[in-house]
Amino acid sequence: MAADHSHSSVSHDAHGDAAAHEHTHPDWGTYKWVALILTLITALEVWIYYLPSFTATRLFVPTLLALSAIKFAIVVMFYMHLKYDAKLFRALFIGPLLIASFIIVGLLFLFNHIKIQF
Amino acid sequence: MATAAIESHDPHAGAHPATSTGLNNTKIAIWAFIGSECFFFASLISTYLIYKGRSLVGPFPHEAWTDPSTHQVFKAILNIPITSVSTFVLLMSSLAMVLAHSAVVRGDRKSSKIWLASTALLGATFLGFQAYEFTSFVHEGLTIHTNLFGSSFFILTGFHGAHVTAGVIWLLTLLFIDIKRGLTPDEAINVDVCALYWHFVDVVWIAIFTLVYLIK
Repeated sequence: MAADHSHSSVSHDAHGDAAAHEHTHPDWGTYKWVALILTLITALEVWIYYLPSFTATRLFVPTLLALSAIKFAIVVMFYMHLKYDAKLFRALFIGPLLIASFIIVGLLFLFNHIKIQF
Repeated sequence: MATAAIESHDPHAGAHPATSTGLNNTKIAIWAFIGSECFFFASLISTYLIYKGRSLVGPFPHEAWTDPSTHQVFKAILNIPITSVSTFVLLMSSLAMVLAHSAVVRGDRKSSKIWLASTALLGATFLGFQAYEFTSFVHEGLTIHTNLFGSSFFILTGFHGAHVTAGVIWLLTLLFIDIKRGLTPDEAINVDVCALYWHFVDVVWIAIFTLVYLIK
């Protein structure tokens, strides 16, 4: 019983900590601003795609990747609440995401899609 | 004692039994699942990128191609305006999803039904755009057997579409429950878990839209 009680209090503390992390979620206004920003970034991406003078430059691909990464991060932080949620959820998502990203880049190196010039 | 339910103060989590982490196990499970899905889509995206530009015959995604034997001209196959609209539709479905979740948390049954139905409808619209795109590609001569681009493109976007389909079914199930007996704030975790899956499908599309459609 004592052990049970001890376990329960640990759980309560942990829960309190976790709940504190989960308390502050965005309101409707934030969600609508996020939607507007996502729409504007998408419009910017498509506009860039139709700019021949820009698509011919070296900045084209990095710019699109950066804009995509910003959209990705905004959805994950605000719509998926990862900015406000417990650290365990962040670890469960960002850990595999980083490994998956390294795998993609590694494979592109292996198949000579990305080259390092010395 | 240990199994006694803890009254949660978090309106998004609802009441859940005591856990060693203090977090809802269902939510931990969906995040672990989403983490595993990162690897799944990474394998499909890397396959697409590795095969990119290595097709021996057309049609090609961004440039026209003339068949040397028949002299038939195939135009660039990707339709960016249509896909941009479908991308916008999917982004708006994410907004509808967070509003549905917010409504369930507040116990606003009318709004929750409207937003759940809107999310499902926008998801179905995205699938309609994808069906149109796939059909037009086949009519223009690109199938899963045509070339490396066709194989990797249909596999990647097809699996994403399958995920959207599963999400729409999940949303319709929640909508059915909401209509039948109403989703209470204590059940908001069920909508939260569905929302996390839906937003993940959205972020995967954000990556696909850039890597497949926009980067030439």
